[in-house]
Amino acid sequence: MARYVIRRLLLALPALFGLILLTFVLSRVIPGDPAATLAGDAATPAMIAEIRAQYGLDRPVIEQAFIHVRQVLTGDFGKSVFSGRPVAEEILQRLPATLELTFVALLIAVFLGVPLGLFAALNHNGIIDHLVRVVSVGGLALASFWLAIMLQLLFAMELDLLPLRGRIDVALGMPPRVTGFVLLDSLIAGRFDLLMNGISHLILPAITLSLPGLATIARFTRSGVLEVLQKDFVLYAQAVGYGRFRLAAIYVLRNAVTLVVTQIGLLFGALISGAVAVEAIFDWPGLGTYSVQAIISADYKALLAVTLVVGFVYAVVNVLVDVAQAIIDPRVAEDVA
Amino acid sequence: MTSPLLSIQDLSVHIRGDAGVARILDGITLSVPPGVTMGVVGESGCGKSTLLRAVLGILPRNASIPHGKLEFKGKDLIQVNWSAARGRIGFVPQDPYLSLNPVFRAGDQIREIMRKHAQGTRKDHARTLIDLFRAVQLPDPVGALAKYPHQFSGGQRQRLLIAAALACAPDLLVADEPTTALDVTTQREILALMRNLVSDKGLSLLFVTHDFGVLAALCDRVTVLYAGRVVESGLTSDVLRHPQHPYTRLLLACHPDRAVNLLGIPGTVPAATQQPEGCRFHPRCPIARAACSKEVPPLTPLGSSHLVACPWYPDALPEQALA
Amino acid sequence: MMVLRVLLRDPVAALGLFIVLFAIFVAIFANWLAPYPNDAFESHLLQRLKPPSVAFPFGTDNLGRDIFSRVILGTRNALLVAVAVITAAMLIGVPIGLFAGWREGWLSEVLMRTTDVFLAVPQLILALALGQLLAPGIGAAMVALALTYWPFFARTVFAETRRLRGSLFVDALAGIGASPLRILFLHVLPNAAPAVLVRATIGMGFTILTAAILGFLGVGATPPSPDWGLAVSEARQHLPEAWWFPTFPGLAILVLVLGFNLLGDGLRDAADPKIRRSKR
Repeated sequence: MARYVIRRLLLALPALFGLILLTFVLSRVIPGDPAATLAGDAATPAMIAEIRAQYGLDRPVIEQAFIHVRQVLTGDFGKSVFSGRPVAEEILQRLPATLELTFVALLIAVFLGVPLGLFAALNHNGIIDHLVRVVSVGGLALASFWLAIMLQLLFAMELDLLPLRGRIDVALGMPPRVTGFVLLDSLIAGRFDLLMNGISHLILPAITLSLPGLATIARFTRSGVLEVLQKDFVLYAQAVGYGRFRLAAIYVLRNAVTLVVTQIGLLFGALISGAVAVEAIFDWPGLGTYSVQAIISADYKALLAVTLVVGFVYAVVNVLVDVAQAIIDPRVAEDVA
Repeated sequence: MTSPLLSIQDLSVHIRGDAGVARILDGITLSVPPGVTMGVVGESGCGKSTLLRAVLGILPRNASIPHGKLEFKGKDLIQVNWSAARGRIGFVPQDPYLSLNPVFRAGDQIREIMRKHAQGTRKDHARTLIDLFRAVQLPDPVGALAKYPHQFSGGQRQRLLIAAALACAPDLLVADEPTTALDVTTQREILALMRNLVSDKGLSLLFVTHDFGVLAALCDRVTVLYAGRVVESGLTSDVLRHPQHPYTRLLLACHPDRAVNLLGIPGTVPAATQQPEGCRFHPRCPIARAACSKEVPPLTPLGSSHLVACPWYPDALPEQALA
Repeated sequence: MMVLRVLLRDPVAALGLFIVLFAIFVAIFANWLAPYPNDAFESHLLQRLKPPSVAFPFGTDNLGRDIFSRVILGTRNALLVAVAVITAAMLIGVPIGLFAGWREGWLSEVLMRTTDVFLAVPQLILALALGQLLAPGIGAAMVALALTYWPFFARTVFAETRRLRGSLFVDALAGIGASPLRILFLHVLPNAAPAVLVRATIGMGFTILTAAILGFLGVGATPPSPDWGLAVSEARQHLPEAWWFPTFPGLAILVLVLGFNLLGDGLRDAADPKIRRSKR
């Protein structure tokens, strides 16, 4: 098992390295002279030359590439063109917001999606099955930004049940920052009012974000369970008298879950993509809004840094997913040879 | 005479499919007394697998039982419920590769069954299982508990399944051609193993196969099926030495051991949705006459326990018995 | 084709096919179907933000343009963009997948690793990063989307090619001296075609959705294009009063993407004999 984990980690490295190189290539492909852009409009040629030397932009490309890689590996993503602050710092500031939202959305998707898929499969061709099928296909076709706006319209504007935007009421203010996660920090500070407020702010964005994922997971659980139900070992188990509930919940699910676990890895990627739009609509101060702002202000350093960070997190999640899969289905670890 | 352990009377099973209703089993009557090994033999398509599934209570969703009785230890499973029989009927399936859940350890899977249907504590179960593993000659019985199915070879898996079938101390063992997926040497070993275990524990055995050699080696009695009906049944020695039904005779003549007459039987087994009227074998039967396409031949006794479903059997081909 | 017949037996897939065909019809005849075809670029400020009525079935937007017409016109944009993107992605991804799947060796490895790099980042993020480099607009968005989608085709074709490479009939063909190119194009490609077709259909739906998101974020279509995503973004400021403004374009996105997804699913089920049998 340990060998499998190490192998899996090693497999992820080339792609990440390639990604770092890719971002370097992209950053150099930008039209215009980066030194001139950094120097600003009122720069003289002398100032531009000085900046060029300072940033090493006059060195040969290969050397620049090395510098870039070294910078990335030490966490130096340069300074934001827009705000002038170090990009790494800004990303770190906003990362917890996105992670909290994504994580809650993931939980919703999994803990609602799996049972839905399971019941649909056990109720094959029945009413529940058809309902779940419709929900799963519909959930994937829904544009998250549209759903977000519709939900806002209904719950926040018309019914005034839930807050419209942000992570917490402006009047209350954020809990003292320990982890950056509102839910955790308010618990740590013992402020239940902040906790409840934070949760109410999380509801709409998390539900919006989770819907496509919920749909996918329900779908894959359903087809996974259906497939397992066809297998001979289920027939055998029925013949020898396995308890019906245990059969469904534990025996069958364990086999179908591997498919779902793979989906979770891909789902995470989709969640991060979805977060961009959802954050933009709910004014959620995370990486999503940061990216949108970076696009508008042509802050390429920020955007490329976000790309790298997201790629890295995505890779870590995928490794975790593969390891989880190996734990659930021991055959996986042995196939790697 | 003691009442039979398993008694099937006039059982019919229909399966509804896209092409219509398939009358897979039609009026099957068969009984297995305690301590007796009964073989069920026939070509593919004769319904023997469906018969097994009916006994075990795992018929597919689109199957229905229009009439018949299936009594196990006096209880009619069709009326009551197959749960009365679970744990008391051991099942040895055909394919050792597909019958075990790959993501659970072998020991855990089997002990889960024992938890529901066997006496004793968990420790007792573990001990019983290790003893059984030893009895089926699995290498490293203690270690086997913790292994996953894919860590065993095909022959070992089949032994595992035999042990699993015996784990809850059943009275009847039901086996579905359990050696077809294995190589010849392993087949012989497994069959010998089963024979010994069955006689040691005094179990009854219902053994489905298409191989007469296996049948002769293992079973006291035999029932021959064709297209969902019983055509002949009796003591193995009687039926194999003096087959009476034309189908049985042709079938035995085809047996590869009989190098003399390698006749195939002309024609094919009818599709289950288009069974012929009257005797289902008549289109391929060498001694068929007009009456055969109109009336279903009843099972007639020929002294002792030999039954034949053909009124014209004396006119059949010269005897080609299995020596 | 037999596939078509099997497809039509599945009501859900048939619905998808119907939606897609309907959308294509609308796109082709948009100028004749839309009651106010010039609202693609004209504005009528006197009629701004009117609720749905007989004259304007979906209401009017912030520039007085008929939303119903703009939704119809937007169908053309959505489909054209999706077709262009998917075609481009196929033209890049399929040959790469074929080549990498057929050959063994370092070049194959490099190609597949490159595919991994592109897949290492969620699509939208990569599209944003790429799209920003070029002049903002629908052209940049299309290039970016194509560049993020080709790896899916490459992966699919790679898997199919590898699978078929080991099969008996390919060995037989090679044995009688057929050249690799011939084998690849006349034999492997047709066998991989169903998987590619399924991937393309689902890709269409995905592209329409992502293009809409890009439009919404302002990185895709630019005004006055009748792009659906752009319409939803323009609508935000006028909520909650003008509820019709974002609702109908969004519904259009939903229906069209749904259609492609259902169709893609149906194709996948039809092409896979195992699933067909288990549908009993």
